[in-house]
Amino acid sequence: MRSSRKTVYFLNAYGVLVIVFLYLPLVSVFFASISKTRYLTFPIRRYATHWYLRAVQSPTVSDLVETSFKIAIIVTVISMLVGFFGALAYARYHWKYRNAFQKIIILPIFFPQAVLGLALLIWFNSIGLIPSWKTAVVAHLVWIAPISTLIIAIRAYSFDPALEEAARDLGASTWTIMREITVPLLIPGVISAGLFSFLLSWGNFPLSLFTTGADSTLPEWLYAKMVSGYSPLVPSVAFISIGSSIILLVIAYITKKLVTSPAK
Amino acid sequence: MERLDKKLGTITSLPMILLLAVGFLAPLVVVAVFSIMPPKVFSIMNVPDFSAYADFFQQGYYKSLLWSVAMAFISTFILFLICWPLAFGMAKVFGKFTLVLTIAVAMTLIVSENIRLFGWVLTLMKGGLIDGYLRTWLGLRLEGVLYNGTIIVFGLIYVYFPFMLFPLAQGIAMIPEDARQAAEDLGASPFRILWEIDLPLASPGIVVGSLLSFVLAAGALAESKLLGGQAIIVFTDEVETAFTYGQNWPLGSALAMILILIIGILAFFTISKIDLDSMMGRRR
Repeated sequence: MRSSRKTVYFLNAYGVLVIVFLYLPLVSVFFASISKTRYLTFPIRRYATHWYLRAVQSPTVSDLVETSFKIAIIVTVISMLVGFFGALAYARYHWKYRNAFQKIIILPIFFPQAVLGLALLIWFNSIGLIPSWKTAVVAHLVWIAPISTLIIAIRAYSFDPALEEAARDLGASTWTIMREITVPLLIPGVISAGLFSFLLSWGNFPLSLFTTGADSTLPEWLYAKMVSGYSPLVPSVAFISIGSSIILLVIAYITKKLVTSPAK
Repeated sequence: MERLDKKLGTITSLPMILLLAVGFLAPLVVVAVFSIMPPKVFSIMNVPDFSAYADFFQQGYYKSLLWSVAMAFISTFILFLICWPLAFGMAKVFGKFTLVLTIAVAMTLIVSENIRLFGWVLTLMKGGLIDGYLRTWLGLRLEGVLYNGTIIVFGLIYVYFPFMLFPLAQGIAMIPEDARQAAEDLGASPFRILWEIDLPLASPGIVVGSLLSFVLAAGALAESKLLGGQAIIVFTDEVETAFTYGQNWPLGSALAMILILIIGILAFFTISKIDLDSMMGRRR
């Protein structure tokens, strides 16, 4: 059924408008980060990059980057492992509780993160764990590992189980099948899942807010400064946080192009 | 083959089950137990009572819950209206532009929500992006937009936009083109096609999108703190206050339990009705 040209034109314009709407606040943050004055007002009269310089030289900021990075890297590695196995149980094998398992995995994603963070805080405290960046890793995993599982499961759905069955009929052991067939077929999904896990952990705010204890991540520090004691560093640090995510995505994209393009 | 599948399924699910038992189930159980403890205790070794739940009614916490639920409901409804045309375009009309839109929308998810909301503060505040340029170019002013209930709903719509859009697009993609074509050939009006074909057949996507937006918005915190300036105290804010400043874990737990129950009932009801295999593109 073809839509009329007017409808197509309208829908395209609407799509562009939505993109503008989604990115407008980031444009504001960017302009604020290159404004020279301490107290920001638009239109910006003088531009400067010295807030970025200050941010890069600040020991507080490098501490924050270090904490955020530590958490994100550990979350990424564990999410990839748990997600890989979880995706097989989710999409591939026929077992008794598969249906229940699929639904249980969705629950943490459906759960408001601030409430989950608070529940975890009480749980850690009541078993005598002092919240730190390590407990934040657990908190991030509860939300991110299920997402990683879903990403890998989408990949697992698209491959033909007959490949594994054929290998088994030819006498391959479960371990050999895993190594020679399942892992190579799922690896693109595992890598995307890892990339998303890193980015989601790096940018996470509501879970970190309640579970890092005395440590602080980048988004958490930004929030504290936004709510009270505004610092002119906020826009530039915010943009450093976004910028590193973008750089990571670009690197991932280029690497993928290089790997998948046929060698000459 | 069957027996092996069963064994492998159980083994491969274990790491995730373990993680969720320690990081999801256990905290919820602890919160549930604390919710029936007497006020201001920090141990579960006390005689249970239900005073914290009584506080919910007597101390007026239910008002915050009503606010949160009402704002979540309004934002979900508006999200459905503004996402439907775009989701329809993505599923049926756009072609290559769909990929651009998908990436553009998904990319916003990797930016912390507090940075994006702070961006709106800079955009909408007095002397902000919009007000500043309106004044310089047109001599107009934009004031008093921030720090009220409307802007919190706006923030919820902004933050949870992808959670409505993607499930909706997925749901609309599941509508067979033949059914729409047949209806049109038989002379159905566009409105009738929408009402009798599109909406019913896209209902799994509608249900998932609405549930996600509603649940996440009902438990949201940052929107009211950053954009709303706490003009309205949302329910999650009350939970946080009880746990932190109030040092009243049983009260915080009881409030959290009430929210968790509402969310749990809604989520359980919805998730049990949808077929995840077919939504995620299972073969066979």
